[in-house]
Amino acid sequence: MIPLRRTNPPNSLLVAALVTASLAGPAVASPEQDRATFITLYREKFPSVPLENYVNGALMLSGDAQSQFDSIMEFPPFQGDIDRGRTLWEAPFRNGKTFAGCFANGGHNIAGNYPYYDAVGDKVVTFEMDINRCLRDNGEAEYKFDDKATMGLITAYARTLSDGMAVDVHVEGAAALAKYEQGKKLYFTRIGQYNFACASCHLFNAGKILRTEILSASVGQTTHWPVFRGGDNLNTLHMRYRRCMEQMRASPFPAGGEELNSLEYFQSYLSNGLPMRASVYRK
Amino acid sequence: MKTQPPSGKSSRREFSRALALGSAYVATFAAGWLRPFQSLAAEWNKTAFDAKVLADALKSIGAASVIESDQVQLKAPEIAENGAIVPVEITSRIPDTQTIYVFADKNPQPLVAIFDIAAGLEPFISTRIKMGESSKIRVLVKAAGKFYVATQEVKVTIGGCGG
Amino acid sequence: MKIRAQLQGDVADVKVLMFHPMETGLRKDPVTGEIIPLHFIRRVIATHNGKTVMDAQWSQAVSKNPFVNFRIRGAKPGDKITVNWEDNAGEKASIEATLN
Repeated sequence: MIPLRRTNPPNSLLVAALVTASLAGPAVASPEQDRATFITLYREKFPSVPLENYVNGALMLSGDAQSQFDSIMEFPPFQGDIDRGRTLWEAPFRNGKTFAGCFANGGHNIAGNYPYYDAVGDKVVTFEMDINRCLRDNGEAEYKFDDKATMGLITAYARTLSDGMAVDVHVEGAAALAKYEQGKKLYFTRIGQYNFACASCHLFNAGKILRTEILSASVGQTTHWPVFRGGDNLNTLHMRYRRCMEQMRASPFPAGGEELNSLEYFQSYLSNGLPMRASVYRK
Repeated sequence: MKTQPPSGKSSRREFSRALALGSAYVATFAAGWLRPFQSLAAEWNKTAFDAKVLADALKSIGAASVIESDQVQLKAPEIAENGAIVPVEITSRIPDTQTIYVFADKNPQPLVAIFDIAAGLEPFISTRIKMGESSKIRVLVKAAGKFYVATQEVKVTIGGCGG
Repeated sequence: MKIRAQLQGDVADVKVLMFHPMETGLRKDPVTGEIIPLHFIRRVIATHNGKTVMDAQWSQAVSKNPFVNFRIRGAKPGDKITVNWEDNAGEKASIEATLN
């Protein structure tokens, strides 16, 4: 593994402000300032890449890889899984109601508003949690957050109903900000035997090659889940977070737990304005 | 648009007969899922597909000599994102293209696919193939009894982390 | 199987996705540890109004859930396009699209 620690970030003042704010608190940067800082840092690294391309992750830095992605997405090999997700989404509950009835707009153009802060429960609510709330409200058994055959498939379809929607995540009020800051803190905290934070690779070293892989930028990382790795292996965002933590030799947080929800909240805010697109191919 | 359910035995036999009788055979079915069609090739070319080295596979399809041609256009990745799913696009500008062959030179069996092209089809095919290791993708076009070839080296890496 | 056929002038652009494991016979079942037998689509025939336009022979090295894209000349609205496949176990499937 290539040592990454001795890297000099391109704009050390901005980074210092970010890291200080997240680790030492009290918060000095608003979420909007954070988002601007991230984008400024990435723009210095990738001056020719338009912001909307960030949803393609590391692909945005390789025409060859992007071209394979585009070709595979013309008719993705996992189309059958998306169709099975649709069947799940459309199947009526025992009371005759459906998922569409639980969501504004019948579930269209809503996924970009997730996660949101719920003041009543003082918690971050992900799209997956509202799927489960819908099941609960209709007297059905909830899905497990890491079950590919239920939660995976249904979100693989349901998020396609928001394709093209601009991410629009809100952090309003002190309590919501506290959740956002929790996610931000996790993003900058070094973990595991390798002692890397999310930021080590995906902020400070984005665009560099680690082993054979180009490190993706964190802006745009939450816009396209689940992904189908290798064309057939469904991975939710939280499964991907967990895999990342395992690779750092850290004990991963549970899928659907408070920590990863907060991380998703923070990262989704960073992607505000970018287009949603589900579900996509990754190698 | 609809998908017909899998067939029973009788249409399976008829399918085999259709294949066995080759291009002269025009089938007419009273019922069943299978649309009547004629086949352009006789049978699945077992000898060619089973060949473990490129030379033997080329011999099996009768390509004793091949002509390199920029009229055969091959679009494939330089570095395959994933060897299990490598997009390959072929366009032939050779007049009267009859058949397009796709090989991955270092696969356990190099011959991947044969496409017989009738007059009504553009000499264009896009598909996805598996590659076991870095190797040349080799496309042969058969036209008027001659074989034309284009190749491209494709690097296959095994992802470490994956992004 | 799924098919998308789109008329561009008098050319029909046809994209087909087949659902098939395309087993190479080299893979082990992750649970049982046993080799999964060779199982692959080996013949694909496409027709345009009943006339064969493409006749393909495949090996197991075509990717899982195979994709193929081809273009038919002289096509017009109302024309019927079928795609039929047969695998090495004798299983078959067929799909039809009408151009509009």
